[in-house]
Amino acid sequence: MEDLIKLLDKNGLVFAFLLVGAVMSVSYFIAIRFTKNKVPGAAVAITFGLIIAYFGKEKGIASVPAFSGVAILGGSMLRDFSIVSTALGASFTEIKKTGWVGFFCLLVGTVVAFVVGGSIAYIMGYTDAKSMTTIGAGACTFIVGPVTGAAVGASSEVIAISIAIGVIKSVFVTILTPFVAKRLGIDNPQSAMIFGGLVGSTSGVSAGLVATDPKLVPYGALTATFHTAMGCLICPSILYFLVQMIVSH
Amino acid sequence: MKIYGVSILAGCFLAGHILGDLLGKFFHLSGNLGGVGFAMLFLILMYDYLKKKNLLHEETESGILFWSKMYIPVVVAMSASQNVKAALSGGWVALLVGILATVACYLLIPVFTTISQKNN
Repeated sequence: MEDLIKLLDKNGLVFAFLLVGAVMSVSYFIAIRFTKNKVPGAAVAITFGLIIAYFGKEKGIASVPAFSGVAILGGSMLRDFSIVSTALGASFTEIKKTGWVGFFCLLVGTVVAFVVGGSIAYIMGYTDAKSMTTIGAGACTFIVGPVTGAAVGASSEVIAISIAIGVIKSVFVTILTPFVAKRLGIDNPQSAMIFGGLVGSTSGVSAGLVATDPKLVPYGALTATFHTAMGCLICPSILYFLVQMIVSH
Repeated sequence: MKIYGVSILAGCFLAGHILGDLLGKFFHLSGNLGGVGFAMLFLILMYDYLKKKNLLHEETESGILFWSKMYIPVVVAMSASQNVKAALSGGWVALLVGILATVACYLLIPVFTTISQKNN
């Protein structure tokens, strides 16, 4: 047993591939089989990740011997590397078609989510700039939260909350969208792009639009991808700067 | 070759992080200001440029695509290595922010669709 733990720790990253692959397959099976894709498989998988982390300590499951490799796969280097690569789906030529409204709704969507999130954090007792910024960023997507948290140096506890916020948002968007799409006028490519830009959460937007009208998915997903880029750009910089100024006064 | 794509991605990643670090130093703030966001912008610009010049081989692109398909698994691993026990006390914050922030964004959709329709 001790030899096995030593072996798994030594080959931590490889073991993490095996482990995460297993979690993913179970999660997608549950999402498809039991929720009929109403809840995105990604959201189920991330929720599983958070539950697994509960069995560990400061570094989640990675604090348990044999599981240290999970922290390498989920560490800031590989995380940022893979997140940057998702920008490949976004093309400037495409987003130009929505004109300045497209850019503007990206900006407004990010700022509104950030302000609502940061304010609630403040009311609930997270009054330091780092925590407010990270929780506000979590209100954008489950990517923007941890990226911002790592950039400004927030605690792992607050980062975990920001991931949870993003996951709740993605599930909420998925379930809510088909019900309100008609009333909000999401029935053509342009409004789908506006929707994606304002709400963000690529997994939630995609899954929500699949249930609304599958033809709209690429349009919503395109601007939603930009939403993450916008969040990663302004949350740990301009918005953090502003929060610091407000808090210190 | 796939490594070309991975290499382009790595270049954009590092350039973005360097810029984010410089900005952090410039504003005397700890940490990296928007490095990931800049890196994504660089990649989008680079991709558009290479595509226009017809320099992007399918194989090159697949080197970047592999990593973009890995991002959900990586996020799962990240979630599994957070201090969730300590975060549980913040469960209500997560629920409140998740729902209220989303509703606020939804309410803005009709505003923007009206503006864009008037524009056309």
